[in-house]
Amino acid sequence: MSATSPTVVYVPRDSAARSVGADEVADRIALAAAERHRDVRIVRNGSRGLLWLEPMVEVVTAGGRVAYGPVTPDDAESLVDVGMLDGADNELSLGVTDEIEWLRSQQRLMFRRVGVIDPLSLEEYEANGGGAGLRRALAMSPAEVVTEVIDSGLRGRGGAGFPAGVKWRTALDTDADVKYVCCNADEGDSGTFADRMLMEGDPFTLVEGMLICGYAVGATHGFVYVRSEYPDAIATLNSAIEILYARGWLGEHVLGSDAEFDLTVRVGAGAYICGEETSMLESLEGRRGEIRVKPPIPAIRGLFGRPTVVNNVLTLGSVPAILAGSAAAYAEHGVDRSLGTQVFQLAGNIARGGVVETSFGITLGELVLGYGGGTRTGRPVRAVQVGGPLGAYLPADRFDLPMAYESFAAAGAMVGHGGIVVFDDSVDMAQQARFAMEFCAEESCGKCTPCRVGAVRGVEVIDRIVADVDRDLNLVLLGDLCEVMTEGSLCAMGGLTPMPVRSALEHFPEDFSRGPALVRPVAPAEGGPR
Amino acid sequence: MIAAARKAEAGALIEILHEIQAEFGYLPAEVPALVADELNLSRAEVHGVVTFYRDFRSQPVGRTTVRVCRAEACQSVGAHQLAEHATARLGVGFGQTTPDHSVTLDQVFCFGNCALGPTVEINGLLYGRVDPERFDALVAGETS
Repeated sequence: MSATSPTVVYVPRDSAARSVGADEVADRIALAAAERHRDVRIVRNGSRGLLWLEPMVEVVTAGGRVAYGPVTPDDAESLVDVGMLDGADNELSLGVTDEIEWLRSQQRLMFRRVGVIDPLSLEEYEANGGGAGLRRALAMSPAEVVTEVIDSGLRGRGGAGFPAGVKWRTALDTDADVKYVCCNADEGDSGTFADRMLMEGDPFTLVEGMLICGYAVGATHGFVYVRSEYPDAIATLNSAIEILYARGWLGEHVLGSDAEFDLTVRVGAGAYICGEETSMLESLEGRRGEIRVKPPIPAIRGLFGRPTVVNNVLTLGSVPAILAGSAAAYAEHGVDRSLGTQVFQLAGNIARGGVVETSFGITLGELVLGYGGGTRTGRPVRAVQVGGPLGAYLPADRFDLPMAYESFAAAGAMVGHGGIVVFDDSVDMAQQARFAMEFCAEESCGKCTPCRVGAVRGVEVIDRIVADVDRDLNLVLLGDLCEVMTEGSLCAMGGLTPMPVRSALEHFPEDFSRGPALVRPVAPAEGGPR
Repeated sequence: MIAAARKAEAGALIEILHEIQAEFGYLPAEVPALVADELNLSRAEVHGVVTFYRDFRSQPVGRTTVRVCRAEACQSVGAHQLAEHATARLGVGFGQTTPDHSVTLDQVFCFGNCALGPTVEINGLLYGRVDPERFDALVAGETS
């Protein structure tokens, strides 16, 4: 071997890849290469999102990046021996990464750089299109930027689906001495991990989106509220912010312009409710995460009483691509009023889990069976929960549903944050319904009665139904309770908890009449160190 | 000291509590009163925050902290069984510490590792596809 420059090997630093051994794989490849006097440079990239193949190692060759996976630490040495560093074929070869159909068929706008670049290399970021959106925005007037976002049709990706540009316009039109941009990175919904993957795999994109938002609405300070369960995302974001300050992207003169923007990461403390925007603002102000009554909406009176744009990671992360291209180009993706792309997350009992960024309108079945390949256990899919713990459970005969805000609302479900959790035929849906209530009881902030008390009563009523105690009466009672929670709760926590319960009852009624033997209560956390 | 350093920062109470806990491993009993004094808050306010958030602990934890994900995505691939195994293996419930202070067991609702569950976190490191056998090996590796 007489290579003059080192062979570049990518091993993801994404925490999902690390959870199955990526750190050790990287170490063992480095060791094996050194022992064989091969000069390698190992780059820790984000994940390409083919999570069932993690750790997925890529080697740069003349013919492009060639992928191998899943690579275990014990594979490392033998892979090096059979020529992996030259892109040779072997039993773990996946071919040229860009030609993997699962990846190639996606429409990656926001995730175009995730897994491709070194997440903390600003040079690679810019070489791959990063920064173009911010530069174009800074050449426009703030109102023009807001109009561009409105015209793109971008809606809040956190779950509620409120038009992002309309929120921005409200904040722009509200006079105040200080305004804020707060990024909601409290991604607590089970089955969702796209926020985490963007923050770990391409944090500059999120910051660029926040910079554009700050410029558009006249905000000079931003906060990213990240849940404490995401230590890698917190560390990567903090490093990214440090780099961007040093390079003149953050601070007094953003990219040499008159715009000013400071950015701070704040860490949550283990409260699901802080994903609700007003609860998050309370937490950012250093208080208990109890929700605020709206109105006033945060865009008028938000953080510290000032106009505040609160957007999810994926909403703000979508913005650079919109501004880099055009609103019209973005709005060509999608269906109805669900425009652009969504980063769908395939999770749970699924053969090929990971992220699929594609236009709205793809069907649930195409995602679960097509991309996902059905269950990991190989048993039939019985139910999928879409949109997190507050989303509906849908049976396999609803796989024709297009993934869009409108079609899901019409089906009594929600797209939410784009997470899809798959269950096989061993699932007990009465237990899942019970868990929804139990989770709400555990995580309710306690401010309003329908949520605080309703969730506790919900668990009891479901237990009675399953135990066949006055079943018919208790079913009526559960229906009433769900209605009270839906209509009477102050926020989506209590308001949407009935969605998984009702959908489980509607689509899987047989599970509620099997008798008490199947009740398997989830033990609540006991006293101890809290 | 930590509180004094950051008291000028708006809304920094939670950050301050995180820092104190990182220093001591938990929040000693005198912390709420001290922090309240420093930030000009009432003790009730600080107590309210400490008790609202799951992360804040008022007692020391074991040398090893094991946290098991119990949310839906992990449930779909055996989190219930893993939870039962974990409590049986360690002999404590969630939120409890073994009598010899070697392990604290706790539950978390989602680590964002939902395609590679069941997920367990041990001393801050995440592990995916954890079946009971792997759980035992991981715990043994940390506590031996």
